Amino acid sequence: MPSATQPAPASMYRRTEGLGIWEHKGKVAAVGIGHSPVDRRWDGKPETSVGAYAIVALRNAMKDAGITADQVDGLVMDASTTTGAEWPAGRPLPEEFVKAFKPGANHVDGISSLSTEWIIANMPELAHVKYTQYGPGCMSNCVCVAAQAVGDGKTKVCLVLKAWDNLEGRYGQGGENAEDTIAGRAAFSNPWGPTGPYLWAHMFNEYTKKYGGNHDQMANFVLNETRNGLLFPEGFWAQHRPEVLTKEDYLSSRWIVKPANLYDCDIPITVAVAYVFTTPERAKDMKQKPVYIWNTTATNPRNRGIIQTLDEGQASTDFTGRKLYEGAGIKPSDLSFENMYDGYTLFHQFFLEGLRFAGVQRGEALDFYETADLTIEGPHPVSPSGGNRGSGRTRIWMHTDCIQQIQGRAGARQITGVKPEIGVSGGPMPTSGNFLIWSATPN
Amino acid sequence: MPKQSPVPDKLSKPFWDACNEGKLVMLTCTACNLMQYPPEATCRKCNSAEKLVWKEVSGWGKIHGYCTMYDCRIRLLQAEQPFNLASIALEEDPGVLMYANLPGTPVDEVPVGATVKVEFVTTPGNGQKVPEWRVTEPRWKAAKKAARPAARKR
Repeated sequence: MPSATQPAPASMYRRTEGLGIWEHKGKVAAVGIGHSPVDRRWDGKPETSVGAYAIVALRNAMKDAGITADQVDGLVMDASTTTGAEWPAGRPLPEEFVKAFKPGANHVDGISSLSTEWIIANMPELAHVKYTQYGPGCMSNCVCVAAQAVGDGKTKVCLVLKAWDNLEGRYGQGGENAEDTIAGRAAFSNPWGPTGPYLWAHMFNEYTKKYGGNHDQMANFVLNETRNGLLFPEGFWAQHRPEVLTKEDYLSSRWIVKPANLYDCDIPITVAVAYVFTTPERAKDMKQKPVYIWNTTATNPRNRGIIQTLDEGQASTDFTGRKLYEGAGIKPSDLSFENMYDGYTLFHQFFLEGLRFAGVQRGEALDFYETADLTIEGPHPVSPSGGNRGSGRTRIWMHTDCIQQIQGRAGARQITGVKPEIGVSGGPMPTSGNFLIWSATPN
Repeated sequence: MPKQSPVPDKLSKPFWDACNEGKLVMLTCTACNLMQYPPEATCRKCNSAEKLVWKEVSGWGKIHGYCTMYDCRIRLLQAEQPFNLASIALEEDPGVLMYANLPGTPVDEVPVGATVKVEFVTTPGNGQKVPEWRVTEPRWKAAKKAARPAARKR
């Protein structure tokens, strides 16, 4: 059993420009994918807890890759699993859950958090895991950390895990938001009410004031997201609410933070997803076609004011784009498709412009949405995963889709308009997060 | 609007105390001439703690941007929906942005770029005052009015 797992050190992230081609370009591959069932909320049963779903996802990933657990020597994951609610302090854990699982590092592990200790205690087949690391925040962080770890030789066959729990209650309505007083840094924001998609609604308004355009121009993108999500059999909407969204539905939806409406937001869910990362040599013996990682990058700017401005946001996305291309040794036109994050839809355009995807320059994304063919059948597929909008709040669909598209097993969602050879994914924010380039070939 | 009441801590107490006295102050690095809001323990540029001092600012600014809150997660504000949420750029340093609800400005009719003046409103939770901003005429006009001698009586 490894000693207490730590968040990945700063040295594992590629943060700056001028680093040249990533030293592990094409020397790390994603092979297996494992998804758990997906639920709107936890029903309190042990077998549908986030811990149980994490185990399901990990075992599915190994099965998909055609490997046995004794071949796995690494585990990279995120300990946080909450979509917004925490297990109430002092509330006893359900008796059935306590009976079903061994405890982890945190007493709510398996319900509203996870630790590597909990996973390994409840998956005795992972006895050969010697390298563990946290990639805090979301799957984008985990996959970048795992890629660096495999490249650095810290692990040869690494499981990468991200899980989400959605407990009872309305998203973000409890805790300090329900109090009469507010302490700490939030005292400089909460009194005026910035919550939900406020940052992106604010930046979207800045954007349309500067370049022109309006919220209605988002419709084609959101409909494309919804369509692709319904073609993702592992997703929430495809499984539980296969509802077709019309342009009228979208344009008439209620505002959350104008100009962000209900369909510009995602739906919190419970789910777990795992991948198998390995070296090209090991991948040869595995069941699925390897998808090679060409670069990773991390962007975490320190903004000046209490709310990020359009100028700052655009500087961040441009920075991310330049770093991604530099480390992978490619240019924008080399991308076959893009799967950047979308949870809230209003910020996806900043990614497109930062990447100069399909030749989209600053200020052009809304026109691109409105007039271009964004579909999987078109010449420049936009978010073929459908993202969080299309399948629920996980921040993983984009990565799964990149792997599946390049492996040629995205099913009804398979890109046909171009040959999906090089893709890009990452998040969680256009302005900060972790991002990577995937490829069908090692170089 | 019944805003949440800030609870001052060691770092923020001078700011909140000044609000209660009707003054707007900014933590400023005298070496870098850089204001930072919210306050931080060290200068974000030179990392110095010793060079940080509280400086009073004029309380004038301009509306940088805005959005409109229809479904706010903060309980106290939910009865006020929809309401404006604007960002205010300080006159002394437009890089410093503060939030405002712009009392007196109709919802979703926010004049971006307009001049605003700070005022201080009492919050119900503990009586702490917080800065709020109101659209006003440009500062030069206000100054001209203030300087104009009273009309002669005939």
